[in-house]
Amino acid sequence: MPTNTLNGRSFAVDEEGFLTDRDQWSEELATELAALIGIELDEEHLAPLRFMREDSARTGVTPTLRRMQTVGGFDIKALFGLYPGKPAKKMAWLAGLRKPVGCV
Amino acid sequence: MTTTTSTLPEGFILPDFGDAPRTTRTVQTGESSAVTTTTSYDGPRKMAFICSKGNLDMAYPALIMGNAALGEGVEVHLFFTFWGLDIVNTKTNDKLRFTMAGNTAMHLDDLGRLRPGLEHASVPQALGNLPGMTGMATRMLKRQMAEQDIPTVPEFLDLLQASGAHLYACRLSFDMAKMLEADLHPGVEGVISAGDFIEIAQGAQIVFV
Repeated sequence: MPTNTLNGRSFAVDEEGFLTDRDQWSEELATELAALIGIELDEEHLAPLRFMREDSARTGVTPTLRRMQTVGGFDIKALFGLYPGKPAKKMAWLAGLRKPVGCV
Repeated sequence: MTTTTSTLPEGFILPDFGDAPRTTRTVQTGESSAVTTTTSYDGPRKMAFICSKGNLDMAYPALIMGNAALGEGVEVHLFFTFWGLDIVNTKTNDKLRFTMAGNTAMHLDDLGRLRPGLEHASVPQALGNLPGMTGMATRMLKRQMAEQDIPTVPEFLDLLQASGAHLYACRLSFDMAKMLEADLHPGVEGVISAGDFIEIAQGAQIVFV
C-alpha cells in the first residue's frame, strides 16, 4: 500500500491516491490537499466534506452526489461550482474517503 | 476562490481529475539523464447520447450513463428523438412504462421458490400480452429502481440539468408529435434539427439508445 507524504504528514493511500484510513484524516490535511488541486477550503467547501464523513461512518460507503442531495440536502449545481469537473471524486478524496462506487 | 496551485511533493499520488495541466513530471530514465514531461490537455472529453426510445427501461441507460459521465467531468449532450421525446415531455415522462412483451430476458425471482432454477427461466411471451401485465411490470421495475435509490425520470432530468448536462429535443419528432414547448422539461435547451445536433456533437463519443 503506497504512502503519501505532504508537509511532513504521512498517510496511506490506494493506488489512485485516495486515503485508505479515514482516521489519518484531519481538516488541516484536507486544506493542504485542496491546495494541491487549486481549491481554498472555506466553510462552504468543508460542509459537504463533513457530511460525507458522517454519512460514510454510518453506511460504510462514500456517498454519491445523488445521496448528497437527497440525504445531505446539498444543491448539486452548487457542488459542481465548489468542486469543478469531478465533484464526487474530488470531495471523496478531500474527505479522506474511498472513491465513490455508486452509479447514481 | 482558487489559489495558486502548490507543487506536488515527489512521489505524491494524485487522483486524475482531468483538469488542465498542473504538474511537470520528471521521469528518471537513467543514472544521470532525466526527461521532463508536461502532462498535456487535449480539451474536454465529450459524450453525446441519442435517446430514441420511450419505454421506461430504455429511458434509464442514457440517463444513468450521462450522469456518470458528468461525474467524471465529461461534457454531456442528450438528444431526445422519436419515442425518446416522451422522456423530456412533462406530460408523459412520469408515466413511462415497461412491457414484458418482446423481452425474452424477463425473469421472476419469486418463481425460484416454486422450483429452484425457475428464477432464471424466461417468462412466457404470451403473459406479457395479458391485460394489466404492463402495469404490473412497470410497478415492479419502478420499485426495483427505487430500491437502488435511482431517481424517477423527471427527478433524473432535474439531476442532469443541475449537473450541467445539455438536453435537446428533436425538431422533427417535436413537430410530428405536435408537442408544445411549454410541456418540455425546463432543462431542455432547445428544439433542434438533426443537423444542429451533429454539429454540437463534433468530437463527442456518441451513444445511441
